[in-house]
Amino acid sequence: MRSKLSFRNIVTAALLIALALLPVYVQFAHAPFLLTLFTRIVILAMAAVSLNLILGFGGMMSFGHAAYLGIGGYAVGILAFEGVSSGFVQWPAALAASALFALVIGALSLRTRGVYFIMITLAFAQMAYYIVSGIARYGGDDGLTIYKRSQFVAPINLSNKVQFYYICLALLFASIYLVWRLVNSRFGLVIQGARSNDARMRAIGFPTYRYKLTAFVIAGTMCGLAGALLANHTDFVSPSVMYWTRSGDLIIMVVLGGMGSAAGPVFGAVALLVLEEALSGITEYWQIILGPLLLLVVLFARGGIDGLLAQVGAKGEAKARHG
Amino acid sequence: MTLFIEQCLNGLQFGLLLFLLAAGLTLVFGIMDLVNLAHGSLYMIGAYFAATFAAWTGSFVLGAVLALLATLLVGMAVEVIAMRRLYGRDHLDHVLGTFGLILFFNELVRLIWGAQGLPLPLPSWLNTPVHLLPGFTYSAYRLAIIIVTLAVAAGLYFVVMRTRIGMLIRAGASNREMVGALGVNIKLLYTLVFGLGAALAGLAGLMQAPILTVQIGMGENILILAFVITVIGGIGSIRGALVAALFVGFIDTLGRAFFPDLLRMMLSRDAASTLAPALSSMLIYLLMAIVLVVKPEGLFSAGGK
Repeated sequence: MRSKLSFRNIVTAALLIALALLPVYVQFAHAPFLLTLFTRIVILAMAAVSLNLILGFGGMMSFGHAAYLGIGGYAVGILAFEGVSSGFVQWPAALAASALFALVIGALSLRTRGVYFIMITLAFAQMAYYIVSGIARYGGDDGLTIYKRSQFVAPINLSNKVQFYYICLALLFASIYLVWRLVNSRFGLVIQGARSNDARMRAIGFPTYRYKLTAFVIAGTMCGLAGALLANHTDFVSPSVMYWTRSGDLIIMVVLGGMGSAAGPVFGAVALLVLEEALSGITEYWQIILGPLLLLVVLFARGGIDGLLAQVGAKGEAKARHG
Repeated sequence: MTLFIEQCLNGLQFGLLLFLLAAGLTLVFGIMDLVNLAHGSLYMIGAYFAATFAAWTGSFVLGAVLALLATLLVGMAVEVIAMRRLYGRDHLDHVLGTFGLILFFNELVRLIWGAQGLPLPLPSWLNTPVHLLPGFTYSAYRLAIIIVTLAVAAGLYFVVMRTRIGMLIRAGASNREMVGALGVNIKLLYTLVFGLGAALAGLAGLMQAPILTVQIGMGENILILAFVITVIGGIGSIRGALVAALFVGFIDTLGRAFFPDLLRMMLSRDAASTLAPALSSMLIYLLMAIVLVVKPEGLFSAGGK
């Protein structure tokens, strides 16, 4: 936080500007698939940013975060299926449903810590997965096709790909800003304090359970919005968006990007999804490369991309000071 | 009534099978403090080995024994190559690293055996129903699973509680530095324990294989159940794993069998048939939630872990 113009902040800003200019590049290079890929990246980055609030700053290792992607998506899908296509109804419903789910499973899961918390969030997310798989009316295992994207008032049209990309990007920026403001507020300091030493925070008089639960619900709600966007992006929602490996992907994005800053997970989302795209171009069996790669990242590059940037920046500063 | 007895036996069989998986998981966690998501991959590998070896040798039992040994070796190799480097790290590192291993194993299996599942046919002597009571027959194979898992559970109890190795394992669980300082080869002990866990998972996989099919990702759904069991039973406790596994086995099996009928009595036919599949898969999670509210550390928690 010392210098605002550190190397790491410059690179982060450059990435965000590059994301903002992407549609221009797509226009010139005639590469529409890039826009589709990056819309997806931006949406999942938003989910990862929300997960980082509880995982990185709150120290709550939730392994069920993809559940909210599914809940937000199904809120849009089910309402569309029942004939309600107004986004003014669908999106608040997505937010409310995810907030409610987060409140219930958070209230139960936060009674535990450590490994129990990992396993319990995982199990509850799988429960949600099995429940939607079992509801035949809304497609069950096969999922639900959304024939009409969420409808808003006149100039906003989600079917316009460029406009939809910018809406997703604006919401990503808004969630980064929100997480940044939260983390630097009194509330954020309490949950970070609880991450380092929960007992001590309680001893000085903070009811950490309530603080953590609030953070858990905020993160879940943000991810629910990402789910509503994802459903609009793919025009489809199925139980597989909330399968547990998807929660694993989100954790990878957070760790790969770096848990130290609000924008870190964006690096992780871009890196992971571009890597997936590149590897799947090389071989059909690309996960055989990705798996060991993850293990190597865990073993040798623990701070993620954001941590790497901070290190490079610190080295440069030291050089400037001495040289 | 016969249906009820049959479903109870099915529940017992499923619960004991789950116990094999959960015991390995809880053993590895209790002793090495390692969260192993790739435990389900070892379950899958056991099943694939069994299908392959059984086809080669032409004998189900010989194939199963070979598969068990092979899974043990794979488990020990995984420990030496990857897991060993994860001890003493953050649990988040364990989750990520072993998640990477799952991706690797799923893809490796697809590369070697293809995306289609494999069959593991039963020999005829296991494929015939046996008369348990007058007028009541039960699948010989499921009965064999019950007998084998009970024998393994008893063997496990004997090894952990009555032998020198078991004593070291228990000592390692409570204080590994001290055990290492007393001159025990703790590295070798860990490799052995991980191999044992792998073999238990492999055994569960190869026994379940003839009932379901051998396919990629078969270990993942059952792994979640094993997690639920360890949470209910208390992490690190084998006794807790046994009790919780039986609970989950019974509730899941009986729930799927009788819950829809129960629901049909209370609700309209339409509503019941829509809700039943979703609700009956929820039952065990409900059980977990209740246990959490009453005892957040599980039923038989092994100390203040």
